[in-house]
Amino acid sequence: MRHIISVLLENESGALSRVSGLFSARSYNIESLSVAPSEDESTSRMTIVTSGNDNVIEQIVKQLDKLLDVIEVSEITSKEHVEREIAFVKIKESSIEKSMMDKISKNEFLKIHKTNNNEIIIECVDSPKNINIFLESLENIAEKIVRSGAVGINSN
Amino acid sequence: MKQNTENNKEKFTGAEIFVKCLEAEGIDLVFGYPGGAVLHIYDELHKQNDVTHILVRHEQGAVHAAEGFAKSSDKPGVVLVTSGPGATNAITGIADAYMDSVPIVVFTGQVRTALIGNDAFQEVDTVGITRPCVKHNFMITDVKDMASTIKKAFYVASSGRPGPVVVDIPKDITEDSCEFIYPSKVSMRSYNPNIEINENAVDIAVDKILRSNKPVIYAGGGVINSNASQELTNLAKYLNFPVTNTLMGLGCYPGDDSQFLQMLGMHGSYEANMAMHDCDLLIAVGARFDDRITGRLDKFSPDATVVHIDVDPSSISKNIKAHIPIVGDVKGVLEKIASRIISKKRKPQNIEKWWEQINEWRKKDSFKYSQDDEIIKPQFVIDRLYEITNGDAFITSDVGQHQMWAAQLYKFNKPKRWINSGGLGTMGFGLPSAMGVQFANPDSLVCCVTGEASIQMCIQELSTCLQYGLPIKIINLNNRYMGMVRQWQEFFYEKRYAMSYMDALPDFVKLAESFGHIGLKVEKPSDVDAAIKDAIKLKDRLVFIDFITDQNENVFPMIATGAAHNKMILS
Repeated sequence: MRHIISVLLENESGALSRVSGLFSARSYNIESLSVAPSEDESTSRMTIVTSGNDNVIEQIVKQLDKLLDVIEVSEITSKEHVEREIAFVKIKESSIEKSMMDKISKNEFLKIHKTNNNEIIIECVDSPKNINIFLESLENIAEKIVRSGAVGINSN
Repeated sequence: MKQNTENNKEKFTGAEIFVKCLEAEGIDLVFGYPGGAVLHIYDELHKQNDVTHILVRHEQGAVHAAEGFAKSSDKPGVVLVTSGPGATNAITGIADAYMDSVPIVVFTGQVRTALIGNDAFQEVDTVGITRPCVKHNFMITDVKDMASTIKKAFYVASSGRPGPVVVDIPKDITEDSCEFIYPSKVSMRSYNPNIEINENAVDIAVDKILRSNKPVIYAGGGVINSNASQELTNLAKYLNFPVTNTLMGLGCYPGDDSQFLQMLGMHGSYEANMAMHDCDLLIAVGARFDDRITGRLDKFSPDATVVHIDVDPSSISKNIKAHIPIVGDVKGVLEKIASRIISKKRKPQNIEKWWEQINEWRKKDSFKYSQDDEIIKPQFVIDRLYEITNGDAFITSDVGQHQMWAAQLYKFNKPKRWINSGGLGTMGFGLPSAMGVQFANPDSLVCCVTGEASIQMCIQELSTCLQYGLPIKIINLNNRYMGMVRQWQEFFYEKRYAMSYMDALPDFVKLAESFGHIGLKVEKPSDVDAAIKDAIKLKDRLVFIDFITDQNENVFPMIATGAAHNKMILS
């Protein structure tokens, strides 16, 4: 099952590789990982999307908690939460139909950036699930896809 | 190098601060090997007498010595090595300490900060390389952080579940100077080893204990690390519960006590493994259900309620689901359980039948062997060593058959007497760890039980033993084979003995003599006693006894990998 784990860690050099090294050393899956400073500049917050059965997730949480640079670990998908991801899709202007273009420009989750070599970049901010659906619709014309990986927060 | 600033505050170089920190931490012994990146530190060590430096012959030896020191004393072991190869040579020892939860602090030199990342001479990313096999590691990038980092390193290594900590120190940091203040306390918001014990879980465990009919206590190295042998023994005695030990736990419960079922696991006793399989209550104390213990997971203790007491939450329910997990310092948890049981003035009522069953299993006498007049059985040497030393020696061991025989047949009555490499299984551990044990216990008898393959992996340390006059007794069980490899090849590879035979062994007597020690060769069973006694009488000398033993002897019982506990091969 898919899980999102939120990790608050010391903003120190090496902290990121302690976490990523743990996942590879113990053969845990990482679907995506994103990290940035938190509300306190001495700490970073990392969002890891992983998958595994309950025992594996329990071990991941415990092993993360054991790392000395880790201050707090929480599995956020077991409670109500909000999650978002950003994706950029680069498309040749010539390969997109006008009707599709109109549809995109009316969608509140999408934004269009023009480039100077006859391409457009579509920016999509949505839940990872919706991003997947959106990307599937562009499957045949997408030149390049850049995804941030999900971030999430509990909502109660 | 001391200089006064305008504020009149005395400044010290990083190297001076390093030595002052060791003094402040109460460290009087460092095992190490010099090199370019740590020369400032060595120069400072040379100028003082409070911290003694022991010069090993290979950095792996330094770490194993520090492990032996830590495992046989109440102090952490300390290692100092240079950058690059100094650090990489230390890694086997660091990984060994990580697997067996040994509190050591390893200081590694590093190239100057300006050179880091330039592929400089003797540069290696020590923090990166050691990350997966340390409890934590640090690189000091400012001399002002030297004292606080060293304080943290010792705190982290020794608290909670102990383990190795690496501190990487670039050379320029040992030249830079600042004031010296050694912090009296450490606080780290991301590390709190003092876990509050869940009282509710203790109550549930007590209830299960009092209702159990077929209990067994399975105790490991965590009992020794927590100094909880007395608490464990008292509780088991009060309840009349059978106790088995892991390889790392031997000595945490008296080996000659009538409630002791001997070691369990792959080469454990018949009664211990059968009791583990058939029990209705399994109390795991400071043990981690390693694969050499559990065998086949889905057939492990099928009917048992599992109480798991451990200081490391990640050890609980990792391999075997704990029904009643109790996270906390083992000593504290055992005290709580004992006081609650004693206050209830109750004991389990129906365990007599269980004891009858256990005593039936015991009749198999699964560690038995037969000694004739011709060829020395390796088990016989351990038996005689146990008798002659009254079970009171410090025994270190290497890895292989000899290690299992020592674990099976030397009955350890006290904790911290059995020093071996359990988790990593490091051949070459025995001799250097014996050095550390002898430094920690200068007046005690220290024996290294080894084999002709293992001993050659750190044989260079015989030179260290001469330099410091360490009177270790080396018990070499020489069967001219890598015995455990040969045993597996006999059982599982149709006797194709690929590379398990040593075709060009040294003359160990001459080898010991060339290092300045005494060598003895023993080929007859009737000479075993005299050789051991003679060696012990030579109080001030290292004696290397080369016992020529039966080539074909195997370690029994044996649970093949992936088999259940009740599927033991007995002979």
